[in-house]
Amino acid sequence: MNELTEFRQQVRQWLEQNCPVSMRGAAALDEIYRGGSRETFSSDEAKLWFERMLDKGWTAPGWPKQYGGAGLSDPQVKVLKQEMKRLGCRAPLEAGQGLAMLGPALLEFGTEQQKLEHLPRIARGEVRWCQGYSEPGAGSDLANVQCRAKDMGDHFLINGTKIWTSNADVADWIFCLVRTDPDAGKQEGISFLLVDMAQPGVSVKPIELISGDSDFCQVFLDDVRAEKHNLIGEINQGWTVGKRLLQHERTLMSEIGDLSMGAASDLPECARLYIGLENGKLAESQLRMRVAQSEMNSQVLQLAQRKAFEEAKSGRVNPAATSFFKYYATEQQSVRYELMLALMGERALGWEHKRMDVSSFEDQELSVTRNWAFSKALTIAGGSSEIQLNVIAKRVLGLPDRTEGANKS
Amino acid sequence: MTMVLTEAQNLLKDTARDFIQSKAPVAALRQLREYYKDLPEGSCNAAAIELGYSQELWEQMSELGWAGIVIPEAYGGLEFGYQGLGVVLEECGRTLAASPLFATVALGAGCIQEIGSDEQKQTLLPKVAEGRTTLALALEEHPRHTPTRIATCAEATDDGYTLKGFKTFVLDGHCADQLVVVARTSGGIEESEGISLFLVDANAPGVRRSRTAMLDSRNVARIVFDNVRLKSEALIGMEGQGYPALETVLDRARILLAAEMLGGVQECFERTIEYLKEREQFGTKIGSFQALQHRAAKMLTEVELSQAAVMAALSALDENSSNARLLASLVKARLNDTFELITNEAVQMHGGMGVTDELDIGLFLKRARVTMQILGDSSYHRDRYASLSGY
Ligand SMILES: Cc1cc2nc3c(=O)[nH]c(=O)nc-3n(C[C@H](O)[C@H](O)[C@H](O)COP(=O)(O)OP(=O)(O)OC[C@H]3O[C@@H](n4cnc5c(N)ncnc54)[C@H](O)[C@@H]3O)c2cc1C
Ligand SMILES: Cc1cc2nc3c(=O)[nH]c(=O)nc-3n(C[C@H](O)[C@H](O)[C@H](O)COP(=O)(O)OP(=O)(O)OC[C@H]3O[C@@H](n4cnc5c(N)ncnc54)[C@H](O)[C@@H]3O)c2cc1C
Repeated sequence: MNELTEFRQQVRQWLEQNCPVSMRGAAALDEIYRGGSRETFSSDEAKLWFERMLDKGWTAPGWPKQYGGAGLSDPQVKVLKQEMKRLGCRAPLEAGQGLAMLGPALLEFGTEQQKLEHLPRIARGEVRWCQGYSEPGAGSDLANVQCRAKDMGDHFLINGTKIWTSNADVADWIFCLVRTDPDAGKQEGISFLLVDMAQPGVSVKPIELISGDSDFCQVFLDDVRAEKHNLIGEINQGWTVGKRLLQHERTLMSEIGDLSMGAASDLPECARLYIGLENGKLAESQLRMRVAQSEMNSQVLQLAQRKAFEEAKSGRVNPAATSFFKYYATEQQSVRYELMLALMGERALGWEHKRMDVSSFEDQELSVTRNWAFSKALTIAGGSSEIQLNVIAKRVLGLPDRTEGANKS
Repeated sequence: MTMVLTEAQNLLKDTARDFIQSKAPVAALRQLREYYKDLPEGSCNAAAIELGYSQELWEQMSELGWAGIVIPEAYGGLEFGYQGLGVVLEECGRTLAASPLFATVALGAGCIQEIGSDEQKQTLLPKVAEGRTTLALALEEHPRHTPTRIATCAEATDDGYTLKGFKTFVLDGHCADQLVVVARTSGGIEESEGISLFLVDANAPGVRRSRTAMLDSRNVARIVFDNVRLKSEALIGMEGQGYPALETVLDRARILLAAEMLGGVQECFERTIEYLKEREQFGTKIGSFQALQHRAAKMLTEVELSQAAVMAALSALDENSSNARLLASLVKARLNDTFELITNEAVQMHGGMGVTDELDIGLFLKRARVTMQILGDSSYHRDRYASLSGY
């Protein structure tokens, strides 16, 4: 038996014995444990499950042990994910900004001291992070950040604002792209800083989304302090760190189809339920074809992700991968939700209301509606679809930039 | 499922590319095509024109072992697997190389391999592997792929059968030595029950073949079976029980055809990207226009997804996975759609040049439309995918 097969068996057995039954199957949004000083567990079993996984180092299985992980190899991490998926185990700790974005970037760019200080606290769910990239004037054009950090000798003094910052209202720390040299070129004067949000001068204002949630905010930074040792990478070299972190973000977002967002994960089941079968086929032939197409697109995306994984394992990284996966996965997810609405008809048009009765809708139905609205954000956040297409055209296909005399038409 | 080629498969792919690029470039198809243009006799190789492919090329391909890649060693083949045959077909697709490889190996020999008697295998497969016998599958009777709607019938006689009916869109049927004919021995017109397969000598009395000139200049025939007398040994597999095996063979062929289509897709795509980097208008390369860049990026996405689908499907065949049926429909539909998209965009992005006969892009456009119909278009396969998935 090869080592991986043996590992798989051990994992399977351990999960079967240790994953509480209530921690199997899709979690509602408020049941997911996200860590941080303001977070609580939704149940005793969620806590137990988290603690058991933490004990194994499996909240961050791929991280080295000294940083709070289990030191698993990539294929082992994949096996663990597959086995968790097989049993329907919930993630013990959400793959959020700390675990899935800052963590990998710190592993690559952080000093030993920075890693030891921050990574274990992420893996243990003690600190929740948010991402301070976007600003009112710097969205797609991220390198245009204006938030200023002045070198004060032993620390930096920060002034400016960040916007669309997901979960800033519940986060403990924020990692920021800040301008440290206003005279340098656009990308040259940027640095990557870690900032403790529990200090005077930090204020956070939630922004309501069309989905009714308000999980992003505007963050105001007035004379906020960051210690020198919280600079990641060299001064004015933050763009390199920041861009790499974006790749992790895009990879995370391209796994969106895997993250169970309620019933949308099973389109055919939803179609059977709301439309019904006639002679074994969905009764609406047009919708049936749309369901099939969408399923085929999802399957082919999974195959491509698998191929990229195997190629990476054998040392050949596909340069196109992060951008086209982010583009395709989020566009598809958005199409799937449109299709859910079409399949469910009036049942997907309910909206929670404080004073009116919504009991005629199932909770699941109401959450499809909200998730549909939220799916609109997926093709914008983390670099919009258009930006991904630009990246593919320029970086992967090597298509030229406009040259002089280009606008004579 | 293995999604990366082994060293041996990569080697085969490189060999195939070198060979095809030098022996059967797109120019070779242009030469064969002159047949349709009524050029004066003797203007190019007359024998090749009759055949629709170059016999010399086919012999060389066979010497390289390509005809025997998926044939078991016991019958003189290489037993090198579907991923191996897939990379060869992909390279053939890059230059639109005409040869009887697909019809003979994937379709004809595929049926013999799947349910032929040991004697049929012994007599046929070694000859196929050596390239000495070519085969074709006489299946379709309607304008669109409908493998169960078979009216051609084989009536039982004292010592065998009498075959009557009409077949169309028979790939390489005009020149194959032997035909595998799908005929009804019982059952109603739409039923899969009652379908049988027969091995028929292409020159038997009552077999009338006519080559049909096609959009892609490749080789297809219409065949009439006018009371063709068959011995009972002509039956392949069990009488009336041929459909399940046929479906398995068709699935393999769909996947292999998708591999060929992938070659065409990649070639067309690469040529178009090159053109975007070369052609100047408005004082700049047209590849700098975002209206074209985004479409090019979407094309890349489709190419990448198609590559993954083909790899996965071929590997499912090699692993004899039960998933192969679903993947066959997935991959055929995918490559239909991708080939259509890429060829249309390629023509459009080449501007006026794109619609000229001088540019090869038009040849890919034409080949795409033919392959899109072979063994099922996208609506056929979406429907089948849904049915196989239980909705
Ligand atoms: C749900 C959600 C959560 C988010 N969370 C965070 C977070 O935690 N931290 C954070 O820093 N940011 C976050 N963002 C911000 C996100 O990164 C930005 O919204 C995104 O980068 C787009 O910037 P923008 O909103 O300013 O749009 P703009 O850049 O103004 O874009 C407007 C439109 O123009 C298009 N466009 C812009 N430039 C080009 C171009 N060069 N070519 C073609 N089209 C172009 C865009 O594609 C878009 O369609 C979040 C966004 C969303 C929706
Ligand atoms: C059947 C036919 C008949 C014709 N008859 C005549 C005729 O009688 N007289 C005559 O003078 N001409 C004629 N033309 C020429 C025709 O006008 C040109 O082919 C057309 O203007 C496109 O130019 P082009 O072929 O050089 O393509 P290009 O300009 O090289 O275009 C190549 C590709 O780049 C795209 N592209 C170019 N510029 C931009 C841009 N700024 N932004 C985005 N995309 C861009 C184009 O849309 C196209 O997809 C004919 C063409 C055809 C096909």
